[in-house]
Amino acid sequence: MTDLVIIGGGPAGMSAAYAAYQKGIRDILILERDSSLGGILQQCIHNGFGLHKFGEELTGPEYAYKYEELVRNTDIKIMLDTMVTDISRDKVITATNSEKGIFTIEAKAVILAMGCRERSKGALNIPGTRPSGIYSAGTAQKLVNMEGYLPGKNIVILGSGDIGLIMARRMTLEGAKVKAVCELMPYSGGLKRNIVQCLDDYDIPLKLSHTVTEIHGKERLRGVTIAKVDNFRKPIEGTEEYIECDTLLLSVGLIPENELSKYASVKLDNITGGPVVDQNRQTSADGIFACGNVLHVHDLVDYVSQESEIAGISAAEYIQSKNEKNTSIKITTDGKIRYSVPQMITEKKDTTIYFRVSDVFKNATIMVLKNDQVILSKKKPALAPGEMESIRIKSDDLENTQELTLRLEVQ
Amino acid sequence: MTKELTCIICPMGCNMTVELKDNKVMDVHGNTCPRGKNYATNECTNPTRTITTTVRCKSGELLPVKTSKPIPKDKIMDAMKIINNASPILPVSIGDVIIEDVFGSRIVSSKNLK
Repeated sequence: MTDLVIIGGGPAGMSAAYAAYQKGIRDILILERDSSLGGILQQCIHNGFGLHKFGEELTGPEYAYKYEELVRNTDIKIMLDTMVTDISRDKVITATNSEKGIFTIEAKAVILAMGCRERSKGALNIPGTRPSGIYSAGTAQKLVNMEGYLPGKNIVILGSGDIGLIMARRMTLEGAKVKAVCELMPYSGGLKRNIVQCLDDYDIPLKLSHTVTEIHGKERLRGVTIAKVDNFRKPIEGTEEYIECDTLLLSVGLIPENELSKYASVKLDNITGGPVVDQNRQTSADGIFACGNVLHVHDLVDYVSQESEIAGISAAEYIQSKNEKNTSIKITTDGKIRYSVPQMITEKKDTTIYFRVSDVFKNATIMVLKNDQVILSKKKPALAPGEMESIRIKSDDLENTQELTLRLEVQ
Repeated sequence: MTKELTCIICPMGCNMTVELKDNKVMDVHGNTCPRGKNYATNECTNPTRTITTTVRCKSGELLPVKTSKPIPKDKIMDAMKIINNASPILPVSIGDVIIEDVFGSRIVSSKNLK
């Protein structure tokens, strides 16, 4: 029996492991399918990581190494090149690697830290042919930054998520021509500074309310047709424009990777795509916790580390039987707030609720309602879906209620 | 002369207009706070950027590198040409200098590679 098993050795897994270790748990095992720790950070060679956590701008590999060093200086055990294939509800983990074959581990507590994957082109249904030259932005990132291979010379990017923006700059630096970034929505889902420093700096046009309506080319991509979309995101006839290109990158969203969570019968949230958790990041399965992008997609790794510390500390307390469930409060959100994490509160203590809004709003007020009364409000000059927000609720406000509602009022 | 800028300091994303005369900032409009004015002034007089890229090691591995401090924005493409000529020999640790001087900055490794 192992005290704590962590699935995934990226920023979430490492941060959770270290936090649990500091809380006195010694028997910790990290299972990682790649041949090194660090997860997706290894291919994110751009800077901008760590401003909140370390007060400096680090690249992905540098940020990963800070945590790897912390973890390696403990007796936390690490199994690399190891793929977890199953987790049961009673915390028996099945894994496989070339050395041990298929094996099982029983754990007192499990932390899910598997991260997320990219939404694929199959999910998009773009009409036209299926030539080579169409990649997800993350695949292109791996090819350029890890393998040193430039996937194309004339690029169109569909979707203005941060990875797409970062890749627009990266491909330009390596000598490719990025002809346009098309975004279906009337605003970008990426961080403002990425729009300025990755697109504006290189005069790459950002075409808002545009989408790719046809793919051309037989063996290799020859070009794409793009068109403006109306308020219902349907292409407007007559606005079509042909752009010659040999490569189309898709940066159209990330999906938490919860195949294993499903095997463990963990209840998932339809909106986040990740598990439903309480303030300790404990899922609906007793002793199974979740943190990082497997729980909900984050915009900054600093917030992943922060969230994972909560999961690590809570898992340690669970193992030490210090967790105390003394309430059951559901957190609901109104339409303008898309989701919250946590979705449940099971212990009366000061709790920070993280959430995302569904659209761009100016001069809005975030309110927390208890039994139809506003108990907390916070003014925000600007809110965007791409930026995670938070509000702190005091333990006193958790008395005498089974539900709290997060609401956004816009003037 | 005027220049249009979007502030990147916070999610507000103020659209600012900067009035310039002989490359000097005379006035900034549209900013909500002093940080916006600061950003606009720097962007108009001396815009700088950190570059991150990779170099191919002698033994074939790809090594991520970065400028140790921001370099002038208009030198980015020239800097890339210089950086692409580097061919370091392993092992390399984070912070090791790969190139001594590229437009006033060092090029340093951002990964440990054996």
